[in-house]
Amino acid sequence: MSLKKGRSKTATALLLLGAAYCLLPVLWVLIASSKSSGELFSTFTLAPSTHLFDNLADLSGYRDGLYWRWMANTALYAGVGAAASTLISAMAGFALAKFDFPGKSAVFNVILAGVLVPGVLLAIPQYLLLAKVGMTNTYWAVLLPSFISPYGIYLARIFAAASVPTEILEASRIDGAGDWRTFGTVVLPMMRTGLVTVFLFQFVAVWNNFMLPYIMLGDDRLYPITVGLNGLLNQGANQPAMYTAVVTGALVSIIPLIALFLTLQRYWQVDLAAGGVKA
Amino acid sequence: MTPSASTTARRPVGRRAGTPYAFLAPAMILFVAFLAAPIVYAAYLSLRKVKVSGLGLGAKSRTEIWAGLDNYARSLTDPDFLPSVGRIGLYGLIVVPTMLGLALLFALLLDANRTRESVGKFARISIFLPYAVPAVVGSLLWGFLYLPRVSPITDLFEAVGITAPELLSRDLTLWAVANIAVWGGTGFNMIVIYTALRAVPLSLYESARIDGASEVAIAWRIKIPIVTPSLIMTFVFSLIATLQVFAEPMTLRPLANTISTTWTPLMKVYRDAFTRNDLYAAAATSVIIALATFILSFGFLKLVGRRAFNQED
Repeated sequence: MSLKKGRSKTATALLLLGAAYCLLPVLWVLIASSKSSGELFSTFTLAPSTHLFDNLADLSGYRDGLYWRWMANTALYAGVGAAASTLISAMAGFALAKFDFPGKSAVFNVILAGVLVPGVLLAIPQYLLLAKVGMTNTYWAVLLPSFISPYGIYLARIFAAASVPTEILEASRIDGAGDWRTFGTVVLPMMRTGLVTVFLFQFVAVWNNFMLPYIMLGDDRLYPITVGLNGLLNQGANQPAMYTAVVTGALVSIIPLIALFLTLQRYWQVDLAAGGVKA
Repeated sequence: MTPSASTTARRPVGRRAGTPYAFLAPAMILFVAFLAAPIVYAAYLSLRKVKVSGLGLGAKSRTEIWAGLDNYARSLTDPDFLPSVGRIGLYGLIVVPTMLGLALLFALLLDANRTRESVGKFARISIFLPYAVPAVVGSLLWGFLYLPRVSPITDLFEAVGITAPELLSRDLTLWAVANIAVWGGTGFNMIVIYTALRAVPLSLYESARIDGASEVAIAWRIKIPIVTPSLIMTFVFSLIATLQVFAEPMTLRPLANTISTTWTPLMKVYRDAFTRNDLYAAAATSVIIALATFILSFGFLKLVGRRAFNQED
């Protein structure tokens, strides 16, 4: 019995150690953003100070609130991109799960291969092709590539197969509902839980993306937060006073996603292999 | 627009042939435009080069011609390429096993603690939290923590009277970047594995315990085999992510002069394309990285017998 208790203590200790490792940088940025630029490099790492609001004011004042524009851009890219991608994935997943048609397995295999294509390798040819039609350095250059998610389609197909009974589709058809109406009023609500997961996956992927917007955008008023902070950090190399703005900006930038995580925790029970969501 | 509005009420129960294609159309159009076309275009560019005639002045003196495999030869013999491949190989060998090993360990610990919710819940959320932090921000935070003037590690070493190691020195940079990837990726993989474990009814473990199996034996004989498909998937996704590491070293560059512009293969692609304006070399290198990724991930899936990616449910 005491052996078992000892093991359980070790398990708890290991878990807390892992938690401490993961929280350390977050804790640091929380403390560091309260320091003035002089204190950042001189006082003890984990000693808080009193300049948080000054730093926030400085950050907001940087080039007429450019930072907040980056945040708004990021919300736009991630929100619109994930919403469109979820709807498109749901439609494709539904077709692949619930219809028989010539070419079905070919389409599915192509999409599976797409899951394994390393996304950022596409960024440069995507840039060149969009440059040919004059769309680089616009919101569309970042939005359009985020609309397609092979993994989202793969997941949506599994959700549709698991959660939409064929009899209900037949019943809806006998009632005279068209396929699109059936999709909107019957299929989408039934797939809801799974689609939230697809949405969250894509939302986080777009929110965290760096290379695609870094390549596509030249105008810093279109930047998402990742590219903007990278630019600020590069300026810091010449003006160390910028570092407090970078640190405070880093803190503010992670608050929305962390809040989203904590509120939507139950949707993050993801089984990659089976594609299921245990909610 | 509702395509079915005008059709007769006595439609046969079978669906009209066009419907699935209509549902698939947006996905397929975007797939072709943003996945297939860029791949084909990159492959095409990788076989082209610019021929300069005369003095290279005037619009007509520069023409694009077929280059055969010249660009590939150039890429493979570029003095910056092989070191970046070697670096990424070592980086992958550090990151993937460490990250998945920790993810599996934490998932098993959480699962063994299933009844003791409070500690488990706190640890689960904390370890998952870095997934909400973009790689750029994560690199930025760790980058500052690596600076000797900021780092608590330096304070720790000085407290016991040892000179602290330079975390962003030539020898340690690779480990510093690897740590950021492990920090950022462990939680997500842990959740994936933990979800697979939760699907197993507790009664299965109870009967194993009654048969006298120890917790470690249960983990090895029952739990790990159950999560093997999840481990395969997380391995493949981690492999793909490793080969395209870009944001972390790009963000650390202003803080560490040990990171060159060709530190990883993808950084070399970026430099060739945008600093040197040599799209052809960039395309050839992209194709090489894509092929390597495909060979590694498909080879691995073949090796394990495609137990992941179930075709039919």
